[in-house]
Amino acid sequence: MQLKSRHLLGLEGVTKKEIDHILDTAVSFKKVLERPIPKVPTLRGMTVVNLFFEASTRTRFSFELAEKRLSADSVNFSASTSSVLKGETLRDTVRNIEAMRIDFVVMRHSAAGAPHFVAECVDAAVINAGDGAHEHPTQALLDMMTLREKVGRLQGLHVVIVGDICHSRVARSNIHGLKTMGATVGLCGPETLLPREVEKMEVTVYPHIEDALAEADVLNILRIQLERQKGGLFPSLREYRALFGITRERLDRVGRSITIMHPGPMNRGVEIDSDVADGEYSVILDQVTNGVAVRMAVLYLLAGGRTKVEGADDE
Amino acid sequence: MNNVSGKMPVKADKVLLKGGRILDPAIQMDDVTDILVVDGTIQHIGSSGDASFDGLQIDCQRKLIVPGLMDMHVHLREPGKEDAETIASGCAAAMAGGFTAVCCMPNTNPVIDDRSHVEFIKERSEGFLVDVHPFGAVTKGQQGEELTEMGDMIEAGAVGFSDDGYPVRNAVILRRALEYAKMFGHPVIDHCEDLSLSEGGVMNEGFVSTVLGMRGIPSISEDVHVARDILVAEYTGGPLHIAHVSTQGSVRLIREAKTRGVKISAETCPHYLVMIDEAVRSFDTNTKMKPPLRTEEDRQALLEGLKDGTIDVIASDHAPHTIEYKQTEYDAAAFGILGLETALGLLMTHIVGKDVLNIGQLIEKVAIHPRHILNLPENRIEQGRQANLSIIDPELSWTVDKRKNVSKSKNTPFDGWELKGRGVGVLNNGQIYLLP
Amino acid sequence: MKIKAELMDEQGIIRTLQRLTHEILERNRGIQDLVIVGIRNRGDVLAGRINNTIRDIEGETVSLGVLDITLYRDDFQRVTESPVVQQTDIPFDVTDKKVILVDDVLYTGRTIRAALDAIMDQGRPAMIQLAVLVDRGHRELPIKADYVGKNVPTAPGEEIQVKLKEVDGEDKVLLLVP
Repeated sequence: MQLKSRHLLGLEGVTKKEIDHILDTAVSFKKVLERPIPKVPTLRGMTVVNLFFEASTRTRFSFELAEKRLSADSVNFSASTSSVLKGETLRDTVRNIEAMRIDFVVMRHSAAGAPHFVAECVDAAVINAGDGAHEHPTQALLDMMTLREKVGRLQGLHVVIVGDICHSRVARSNIHGLKTMGATVGLCGPETLLPREVEKMEVTVYPHIEDALAEADVLNILRIQLERQKGGLFPSLREYRALFGITRERLDRVGRSITIMHPGPMNRGVEIDSDVADGEYSVILDQVTNGVAVRMAVLYLLAGGRTKVEGADDE
Repeated sequence: MNNVSGKMPVKADKVLLKGGRILDPAIQMDDVTDILVVDGTIQHIGSSGDASFDGLQIDCQRKLIVPGLMDMHVHLREPGKEDAETIASGCAAAMAGGFTAVCCMPNTNPVIDDRSHVEFIKERSEGFLVDVHPFGAVTKGQQGEELTEMGDMIEAGAVGFSDDGYPVRNAVILRRALEYAKMFGHPVIDHCEDLSLSEGGVMNEGFVSTVLGMRGIPSISEDVHVARDILVAEYTGGPLHIAHVSTQGSVRLIREAKTRGVKISAETCPHYLVMIDEAVRSFDTNTKMKPPLRTEEDRQALLEGLKDGTIDVIASDHAPHTIEYKQTEYDAAAFGILGLETALGLLMTHIVGKDVLNIGQLIEKVAIHPRHILNLPENRIEQGRQANLSIIDPELSWTVDKRKNVSKSKNTPFDGWELKGRGVGVLNNGQIYLLP
Repeated sequence: MKIKAELMDEQGIIRTLQRLTHEILERNRGIQDLVIVGIRNRGDVLAGRINNTIRDIEGETVSLGVLDITLYRDDFQRVTESPVVQQTDIPFDVTDKKVILVDDVLYTGRTIRAALDAIMDQGRPAMIQLAVLVDRGHRELPIKADYVGKNVPTAPGEEIQVKLKEVDGEDKVLLLVP
């Protein structure tokens, strides 16, 4: 089965069938990762450029590992966005890539729509590894894979995303993906960090964490960034923790188990306490493992049909 | 139309416009008849009979002949950014759009903030069919600190003052500017934006910006500033014109102010009347301008405002940019889109006959009110007056093709749009231009 | 494609598999260190049946695995869409074992080449032997089956269709022509 688009730019508009297919494929790749030789020759000869305009160790590492496990050639390109140069950097970079024979561009950029811009300029398949606050589709996919695996289902699950929703591409991709898969989504965070008219995305907005916990099956806890506090969006990390921090006490008061997720990296003691992050209901490390499998699945599924040569399927 | 058409206007000593519908709302004229123009003056309005004519005869059957249209908000980019547009290319675009006059904003490089710069603009446009009326800056260098020599600039030909591109940040500067401008009867045109509220924003703040994860420019950044400006104008009695109104809040504030008797005027742009923020979902940087495309509710409020007279003028805010400034990711793209060549077509297609304005009311908004607000002499289609006319074909169906742009730039979101109605010719300063 | 001939009926398949099982046990002198891996999508079914016959003869089964070779295909660059990846399930260590690889039809040999690579990524077998139900010739690689159910000479445009009860509802081997 082919994915409808030859790129993965976001989960908005991706169908349930496509997501199921990606997740099923990821399960097979997860098995490959558990073998003594965790490698397959499938993408041998294909070249992937990791084009990261924003610093990111973990996501790039995860993608690189996925690429190498598929035997693809993986090349890293770190660039800085300079608004002074008015985007010349991106356009020229893209042209240089076109001049080499590249099959994939895995791209992270601070501007929403940047991978869409690149997708119009190159023949390569573009995978969005995060564009501004817009989307981070592979993160949401690995989140859903983890839930399917650890909770057993997505349909009817109520997932509450806690934290800085306004600036979160993880939140947005999860909202699109979870809704498509039949889960319901709730949001909880300081009013100053909730985007305008977000209820129109068909989510439940909880002003207080206790209300959110009362209804949540799953918590996806977002990292609270120091820059937001410096930008005057909330007064202090201390106050954030007091109002929204996920602590053992808060969870115990709910009286039932809630699955705990976090995209990482964590600010222990701020949005999430250590005993919660390392506790029995935390699936945070599974998220990381599944990240490589999901990215392998996405690369694999977008690779089919790269060379449109008529070839008979031989036995 | 005939072999006169081409990219350049031609001098024409004798022109006979035959069989057009002459429409001048200022004098309640609406007649199908002929106009004879000799040496740039309207010699006769009325049937010319069937006698053969020894000058340039133009068949205007089923076409409208109206007082020359004026676009009172245009960026000509010269001096400083001649690769995007020049005074000459901008005027050529104006003619192709059916305009005989433009007012150009002073946010060039250097800024038009003294007599010599105003004279530069006047000299560069001398002899053109299109009249170029410069706006001078309100403050020196548009820095928002010291008032410019308004009197001197007016003598040189400036017809108004603006720091457009930026708001007049300090209320006290606006107060002094309005008090000072009062002496000359030419308005201060303010770009209403509270920079602290709009900071970092690239599109309207609303549901669409939430889904796209883009930083928004809230409607209150305009409303807050409009409210302030209205109060200062009311207090001083000075001549205020509000540029490119985009929000329902602004419309409401202006309406209430006018009801109270405050003497202000306001303009909006064609793009706010035909597009909303949903268009940004495509990430097409030709949907990026300031103020941004707003919501459907805002758009409806603007249409209401046009209908009930709250908004006096429609101007294009023609803002050319070279490819480098637009062919980028959305965040990095420059604000601004073209407007001269598509304004009239968009208005004829989507505003006239759509229960918003009839054709006469449209002509008021784009030909009569601008001159009135700027204290320019009235332009009437009357025997003995200078001929300053636009010829419109209301039935011409055409498709916008940016490759055929007369403007030097290509940053229009309307490429491929199918429109009905177009300016097909202009007469002014003893010259005539016809669309090829 | 239309049916030109029925090469094996239900009884024919049963008898052939019996013979193949006996041959495997004979050559390997019993089930010591023996494991069976069937290649999807019918080799795995045949492998299961062979394993059941081993139980009938020797009193116990051997370890049974299922192999999906999609990720090891050599024609990945030529397909127009990514083929569906199914589960590979080999829940034992192949190192030092005698692996009997089972497939339904042996043709160009490319599937077996891919299967060999896949097994080698699982460990280091002592030996790999190949059992197939039908060998239709036209090898493109130097691959040979150790145990062959039936040799069927074919023309390149023809097709061998193996139907098995567990997958297709009936047991039959057919020769199809265009």
